[in-house]
Amino acid sequence: MRFLFDKNTWQEIFGSIGKNKTRTIITVIGVLWGIFIYIVLAGASKGLDNGFERNFETVAKNSIWTWSQSTSMPYAGYKTGRRLSLKVQDATTLQNRIPEIQYIAPVNTKGVFGGEAALGVRGLKSNSYPVYGYFPVIAKMATQKIYDNGRFINEEDEEQARKVCVIGERTQQELFDKDEDPIGGYIRLDGIYFQVVGVHKFTQTTPFGTDGDVYIPFSTFKKLYNTGDNAQYFTIAAYDDADVVQVEKDIKAVLKSIHRVHPDDERAFGAFNLGEVFNRIMGFANGLTFVSLIVGLATILAGVIGIGNILLISVKERTKELGIRRALGATPREVRSLIILESVFLTMIAGIVGIIMGAGVLNLINNLTQDNDFPYTNPTVPIPLVIGALLVMVILGTLIGLIPAQRAVSIKPIDALREE
Amino acid sequence: MIEIKDLHKSYKMGSNSLHVLKGINFKVEEGELVAIMGSSGSGKSTLLNILGMLDEADSGSYDLDGIPIKNLNETKAANYRNKFLGFIFQSFNLINYKTALENVALPLYYQKMPRKQRQEKAMKYLEQVGLKEWSHHLPSELSGGQKQRVAIARAMVAEPKVLLADELTGALDSTTSYEVMELIQNINDQGNTILVVTHEPDIAQMCKRIVHLKDGVIVKDEKIKQVRAKAHV
Repeated sequence: MRFLFDKNTWQEIFGSIGKNKTRTIITVIGVLWGIFIYIVLAGASKGLDNGFERNFETVAKNSIWTWSQSTSMPYAGYKTGRRLSLKVQDATTLQNRIPEIQYIAPVNTKGVFGGEAALGVRGLKSNSYPVYGYFPVIAKMATQKIYDNGRFINEEDEEQARKVCVIGERTQQELFDKDEDPIGGYIRLDGIYFQVVGVHKFTQTTPFGTDGDVYIPFSTFKKLYNTGDNAQYFTIAAYDDADVVQVEKDIKAVLKSIHRVHPDDERAFGAFNLGEVFNRIMGFANGLTFVSLIVGLATILAGVIGIGNILLISVKERTKELGIRRALGATPREVRSLIILESVFLTMIAGIVGIIMGAGVLNLINNLTQDNDFPYTNPTVPIPLVIGALLVMVILGTLIGLIPAQRAVSIKPIDALREE
Repeated sequence: MIEIKDLHKSYKMGSNSLHVLKGINFKVEEGELVAIMGSSGSGKSTLLNILGMLDEADSGSYDLDGIPIKNLNETKAANYRNKFLGFIFQSFNLINYKTALENVALPLYYQKMPRKQRQEKAMKYLEQVGLKEWSHHLPSELSGGQKQRVAIARAMVAEPKVLLADELTGALDSTTSYEVMELIQNINDQGNTILVVTHEPDIAQMCKRIVHLKDGVIVKDEKIKQVRAKAHV
C-alpha cells in the first residue's frame, strides 16, 4: 500500500507515460470515449424513463377507458349493426365481477366527441365549453389539481345532484375578471345556473381534455341532458399488480354478456388501455437502459483493450529500461506493479474525465429539453452505476495490465540489457 | 570477498552447445581492483554476468562475502544485486527521462529508502564524481564521460560490496577513459572492491591485478604494479 502513496511511484508512472504524450492521450481517449458513451446513454435512458413517468404521473398508470360502438356480428336473434349503449349499472356489474378493478366511473360528456358544447354564460361574457358529468371517484384515477380554495366534485354534490361545477383555467379567464375570485361565483351552462366550486389546473389526463373543460356531478348531468341510464364511456383503474391486458379482456367479455353481443365480436366495445401503453413504453425504456449498459460496457472494454495494447508496445520499447531497473535491484513484483499501476492510472484518468464530460453533455441536453414536451426529465446516472463503471474499469485495467506486466518480467534482465 | 570454484557455463545454440566457461577458479579479496582481460569470446562477459547474478552458472560454487549464491529466484537475485553489487555498463544504461540525480537515486528507491534521504545520498555521490552542478540535467544533456560518471555514482550509491564494470571505457575516447579510470582508482583507494572487464591493455594496467581469460579458462593471473591514471590526464 505504501507503494501506492509514494511520491516516487507516481513520478515513475508520470515519467514513463509522459514519455510519449501523443500516444498516451490517444490511448486515454479510447477509454474516455467508452465511459462517455456509457454515461450519456445511461443518463439519457434514465431521463427518458423519468420523462415517461412524469407524463403519466397524473393518471393512474393502469387506466382503461372503454366505450360502446355497434355490433358487427349477429347474435342471439339480434341483427348486425345494432347500436350499443353503456348503462350506468354496467359499472356496478363490472366491479362485482372483476375483482382486479379498483375504481370504475361512468362518464357522460357534451361537446367532447363531436356534438355541440355547452354554452357558458356569465353576465355579458360567454363561450362554449365541453361539459363532463363526473363521479367524485374520477379524482382518484386522474389526479385533478384544483387551485387554492377550490375543491373537486364530492359525494354530496353527486347524491343531491347539486348544480355545482369545476371550471377550467381558460373558462375562468374568459368568464371572470382577472382579480375576481371565481369560487362561489355563478355561471350559466345551457341556461342553468351553476355555482363554481373549483378551478382545475389543466393537465393532460385524457387525450381529449382541454383547459376549458367544465366538470359537473354525473347526476346533475343526467338531469340536465336527460341521459337516463346511459353512459358514454367508463373510466376504469385496475389495481397496480393487475394484468391490465387481461382486465381489458374481462371487461369486454362482461360487457358483451350483459349487452348480448357475440363473444367474438371485436367491434362492439372499444377500449384504450393506458396500462398496456405504459407497460410498453416502460419496457422500451428498460430495454434502452439495458442496451445502453451493454453498449457502454462494450465500449469501455474496447478502450481498455486499447490501453493494454499500447502498454504492450510501450513495454517492448522499454525492455532496456526495465532491464536496467532490474539490474539495479527492482524485483519482478515491483516491475509488474509499475506497469499495472500505469494501466490502472490511465484507465482511471480516462474514466473520471469521461464521467465529467458525460455529465456535462447530459446537463446540456437537459437544459435544451427543459421547456418542451419531449419526455425527458432529470437525466441522472445513479451513483452505484458510476462507481460500478469505475470499478469495472479498475478491474479491467488491472487485468489488461497483467499482460504487458507479465511480458515485462518474462524477459531476463541480462537479455533486456543486451538489447540495443 | 568473491570466491568461485570450478565454474562451468555453456549456452545452447540450436542442436550444439557452446561451452563458454570451462572450470573457473578464482578469488578476490576485499579492496582489490581486478581487471579481467581476454579477447571477445573468451568468456569474460559471461563470467561478469554470473558474478553479477544476471546469469546463472551450470555448475560450480560462487560465494559473495561468505554468502553462497545459488538457487536464486528473480526476486532474491534482485535483492542481492541491489544490496551487494553495483553495475557499470559500457553503454551507461541511464534512464533517459530521468535526471542525473534521479538516476543515481534509483537503487535507493528499490531499497525503500525515504525520498529525502535518497536524494541527499544521491547528491553526495554525484558530488563525489564531480557532477553536483549537473544533477538536474537529463542524460541527453551530458557528455559520454559525464554519463559514465553518473553511472558510477549510481553503482556506488547503494554502497555495494563489489563494483562490476563491463567495458566501462568502451564507448569513451582515451582522455575521457583515463578520467573515468582515475575516478575508479580513487574509489578503489577508499577500500572498495572493483572488477573491471576490459580488452584494452592500458585500462588493465591501471588495475592492481590482471586475470587473463582465454577460451573459458584462466590462463594467467598476475599482480601488477598499478599505473596511476592521473599521470595520463
